[in-house]
Amino acid sequence: MIDIFDTLKGKPGDPDYEKKGVIVQGITGAYGSLHAKQMIAYGTNVVAGVTPGKGGQKFEDKVPVYNTMKEAVDATNAKISIIYVPAKFFLSAAKDALESGIKLLVAIPEHVPIRDTMEALDLANQKGAVIIGPNTPGIMIPEIIKVGIMPPMPFKAGKIAVLSKSGTLLYEISDALTNSGFGQSITIGIGGDPVNGTRLIDAFDMVKNISDLEGLVIVGEIGGDSEEILAQRIIDSGFNKPTVAYIAGRAAPKEKRMGHAGAIVMGTYGSAESKVSMFNKANIPVAKRPAEVPVLLAGKMDKSD
Amino acid sequence: MQLLEFQAKELFREYGINLLNSISSTNIEEGRKHAKELGYPFVIKIQVPVGGRGKAGGIQKCQNDDEFEIKYPQVMDLTIKGERARAILLEKMADIKKELYLSIFLNRSKRCYTIIASAEGGVEIESVKNQIIKEIGLGEVSDDLAREVAKEMELDGNTAEQFVDTLKKLSNLTIEKEAELVEINPLAIMQDDTIMALDGKFVTDDNSNFRHPELEKYQEKTAIEEQAEKSGFSLVELDGDIAVVGNGAGLVMSTLDMLSDNGGKPACFLDVGGGATTESVYEALTLISKLDRVKGILVNLYGGIVKTTVVAEAFLKAYENNLIDLPVFSRLKGTESEKAKEMLEGSRTNIFDSVEEAINAAVMGVKK
Repeated sequence: MIDIFDTLKGKPGDPDYEKKGVIVQGITGAYGSLHAKQMIAYGTNVVAGVTPGKGGQKFEDKVPVYNTMKEAVDATNAKISIIYVPAKFFLSAAKDALESGIKLLVAIPEHVPIRDTMEALDLANQKGAVIIGPNTPGIMIPEIIKVGIMPPMPFKAGKIAVLSKSGTLLYEISDALTNSGFGQSITIGIGGDPVNGTRLIDAFDMVKNISDLEGLVIVGEIGGDSEEILAQRIIDSGFNKPTVAYIAGRAAPKEKRMGHAGAIVMGTYGSAESKVSMFNKANIPVAKRPAEVPVLLAGKMDKSD
Repeated sequence: MQLLEFQAKELFREYGINLLNSISSTNIEEGRKHAKELGYPFVIKIQVPVGGRGKAGGIQKCQNDDEFEIKYPQVMDLTIKGERARAILLEKMADIKKELYLSIFLNRSKRCYTIIASAEGGVEIESVKNQIIKEIGLGEVSDDLAREVAKEMELDGNTAEQFVDTLKKLSNLTIEKEAELVEINPLAIMQDDTIMALDGKFVTDDNSNFRHPELEKYQEKTAIEEQAEKSGFSLVELDGDIAVVGNGAGLVMSTLDMLSDNGGKPACFLDVGGGATTESVYEALTLISKLDRVKGILVNLYGGIVKTTVVAEAFLKAYENNLIDLPVFSRLKGTESEKAKEMLEGSRTNIFDSVEEAINAAVMGVKK
């Protein structure tokens, strides 16, 4: 398993410290080019783009475009890539990346078939790589690197880790945190699909040992049982940093998919009650509204002082 | 999507899984014909995409014409968990020795397919005892594994062989049709020791629909849902009177929760997708204008990069074109919100700084 901070940021003294190279797959498409520009504007070091058949071009007169990931990785030695291709081309783009040595793959597309995600995951496991997503806003270390589609305003560098299934709720809650003086050390979008390349527990394992971490915020939603499993992991691991959760979908009807492919309650499986009760068991308060998250977090911090 | 029982059984039949004779109908005239073909006794089963049909009276035994004339319309008129009957299935009565449980489902936390089997079926999965659970990767089931499951269920002889055969067929079906869940409950051992699927549940991975044109005929969408899908929106119709619109599934769910907490009743969940433009918001208002029960519209947009003035334009255009005459309660996060407020002054759209204020105003507003 990769070390997420090493991969995204590196260590002081590394020649590419805080300038890790990122390859953008689908860089010439409308969506890919929009967000490649936004990532560059944020300070992310976009070193190459890949679009089959468009090799040889320069994106924004600067970033070389290649036909394949192999060429792009050979030329740049980048370990991070982000995929903006349409869902039906996700699997081939992911294979291309993983087989070329990419270790952190951020999968933006929504509507990727589950079987394709599972196949990509199998390959990632064989290669010791990590997939974030699909159907994720991406991952970022605020003010250092953004590999995703998040707007920059809600985020500020700090010491709170935010893990979220939802994109806009990640923005909303990070915004509320920032406004209350809680910057973020890292934010990870898990994605709203039934099968996630990085599950909530995997994301927790990535961040739990950050030495100066001051708090953890978990933004879950109905569907599946990854929140419950995370709550259990938190209990078992003795993790004692102030932690607050938010769960969306309490008022959603059962057996209806609420926008995200993964947001569906089947019987009692995936219900908000089940998640809230497990968080309660783990002594993690669950906010009723996004705006309540920083309030509860501040409360937790007072108690732990 | 979740298929209806008779649709799941069509797929079972295609894959050679044993079934009782059954015929589906959508009105009593058709039903009468099928009753003659099938012969009494049979069971009348409501076709709805939710569980709990038996408890709700949606499954009735039928012995003769007189019973048929009473029970068919009764079952047809039921509403179960908000779902009206899509069809009625008439199925021959079964002479059952024992009820088993068998399913293959996508195990989300383990990220693999998983078999659940039990020798004690016929009840809802939460109550199924002595579950045998096998993780099977991408869904493939070998002969050896299928035999192992049969053995653990204490099946033997011909019954075991038939079970193995059924499990392997179910695995093929799961893989080839890219199901999220295929369940046979009960899988019955009949008096003559044959094995039959008495019920069927089948949930597809909708994201794989493009690879399965053969399943398209099972898609059941209202005109408005179809239009939403064309626009790239997610829409779930609900039975309240305040339409809830936002960008991002999580944010719209969250708005729904807060609205309900404050005594409001959502009329729909409408996610216009990550971004928001004049066009997408106008399109959302067009969809909502077609829902009769709506008395007010609650809009919650977190527009990181979006200019709120762009969204305000959509509201103005919707009033100008007489698309809607409903009050709109809107929280727009993004740039130029002061200007957006000015633009909307005097219109029926109210802009609020926080979602809480917008919700309170919406709840009060629809009461008037």
